[in-house]
Amino acid sequence: MSVPKIRIRGLHKAFGPKKVLTGLDLDVGARESVVIIGGSGTGKSVLLKCILGLLEPDAGSIQIDGEEVVGMSVGERERVNRKVGMLFQGAALFDSLTVWENTAFGLIQARGLAHQEAKTIALSKLSQVGLGPEVGELSPAELSGGMRKRVGLARAIATEPEIVFFDEPTTGLDPIMGDVINDLIVKCIRELGASGLSITHDMASARKIADRIAMLYEGKIIWAGPVPEIDRSNNPYIDQFIHGRAEGPIKMQVRA
Amino acid sequence: MPIITPIGRVVLSFLAAAGRLTLFALNGLQHCFRPPFFPRLIGHQMMEIGYYSLPVVGLTAIFTGMVLALQSYTGFSRFNAESAIATVVVLSVTRELGPVLAGLMVAGRIGAAMAAEIGTMRVTEQIDALTTLSTNPFKYLIAPRLIAGVLMLPCLVVVADIIGVFGGYLISVYKLGFNPSTYIKNTWDFLTVMDVVSGLVKAAVFGFLVALMGCYHGYHSQGGAQGVGQATTNAVVSASILILAFNYMITSMFFGS
Ligand SMILES: Nc1ncnc2c1ncn2[C@@H]1O[C@H](COP(=O)(O)OP(=O)(O)O)[C@@H](O)[C@H]1O
Ligand SMILES: [Mg+2]
Repeated sequence: MSVPKIRIRGLHKAFGPKKVLTGLDLDVGARESVVIIGGSGTGKSVLLKCILGLLEPDAGSIQIDGEEVVGMSVGERERVNRKVGMLFQGAALFDSLTVWENTAFGLIQARGLAHQEAKTIALSKLSQVGLGPEVGELSPAELSGGMRKRVGLARAIATEPEIVFFDEPTTGLDPIMGDVINDLIVKCIRELGASGLSITHDMASARKIADRIAMLYEGKIIWAGPVPEIDRSNNPYIDQFIHGRAEGPIKMQVRA
Repeated sequence: MPIITPIGRVVLSFLAAAGRLTLFALNGLQHCFRPPFFPRLIGHQMMEIGYYSLPVVGLTAIFTGMVLALQSYTGFSRFNAESAIATVVVLSVTRELGPVLAGLMVAGRIGAAMAAEIGTMRVTEQIDALTTLSTNPFKYLIAPRLIAGVLMLPCLVVVADIIGVFGGYLISVYKLGFNPSTYIKNTWDFLTVMDVVSGLVKAAVFGFLVALMGCYHGYHSQGGAQGVGQATTNAVVSASILILAFNYMITSMFFGS
């Protein structure tokens, strides 16, 4: 088998006494779209941040294109990050810049493109996600939630990354806008020929985006398999999650 | 010894905080000297710190010069030493009050704004987004602010010095009835280059401290809007205290012994 795009082994991360990831293993192949599902607060965002180098894992190994990225220097990390794009949960647009400057940010800062050239590309990426050139001149504060997500998506794919990460792309959107975003994600990943790693707790979104689904529970991947198999997994945790039942082996920690 | 444990804990956490701050400062400084630079961002910060602070710093300076003249007149007229007023005004303003008051005003205006802006960027993951776009936040956010702080505060202090001395002149000439040319002569006679230079050195240090505290507290803020508010308060308070402490140290370096 060829070298996976992302290869994670034995990943541990704790915040003080709170253990979030406890020996997580995961592979994402080339051109494969993997979706991680799991309840709120199970550490999905923490996992992405560890892969992106925004958090330092306590133990374990993360390889991107066969290259170990845990403990990498800041400069090396910048080089690896040129291969990735990320859509943040809250879009995380820079509010001091206009929409097109946000979209062109990676092109100008990381690729060193001239402003005019970067703007042309940025506007074409914005039109790919269904936003006209007039939106490019707006500031992020003037956008609705769905538009912000689209701009975030355009920014994530503007540099044509090899790996794209999506943190809860549909959370907080109405079902129709959620589906529009799902379609865009599928389209973008396919057009780029990129690998995708998404996290979500929205099963409709997961079924649509994923080639393979993995479930995160108590710091580990407890089940992973192709999308069609998820309905006949016979795994009580998976069944409870995909049917959204309060009763089952997964005990939500409800604290007053 | 039950009392030793809490004391030790306080000392340790203080040392840890000082270490974190020092590392942060060194990291920021290092990026001030290594390309790529962001001239547009530096220019933007220089406008914010220098130009837009002029009114508040100017007003502070003129009233301070005026009150200095008035108060030293009350004191010195008892000893028939009114001619010393000009000297007292110019030395106090250039050596101490100009840089300290400008520093404190800028800490309130700029330090708070920096902490709020960077803090908001932290809690809305914009700083994380910078990193994933292969842009070092220290280079893009921190270094331009440090550079602008160090460059602009001395400029503000030059203006504050002139306006402060002018305030003293106004009161002395128009209210206390001094001869204008004698006042100006007394001002120049005792002023040395060192007085002004020490004030400008202080200003550069204070500018660095204000920007550093704004960036540091903003960068490490956590927990939403409340965390950002906390960071803003901490930035202003810590910058103010550091300004007063460093003012004493620099004064004793220049004029002690
Ligand atoms: N920087 C941090 N410091 C302390 N605890 C954190 C931090 N980031 C996340 N956590 C904790 O880790 C757990 C998982 O968080 P997260 O990955 O954001 O959940 P989700 O799966 O909903 O994305 C949460 O309980 C959260 O409190
Ligand atoms: Mg999350």
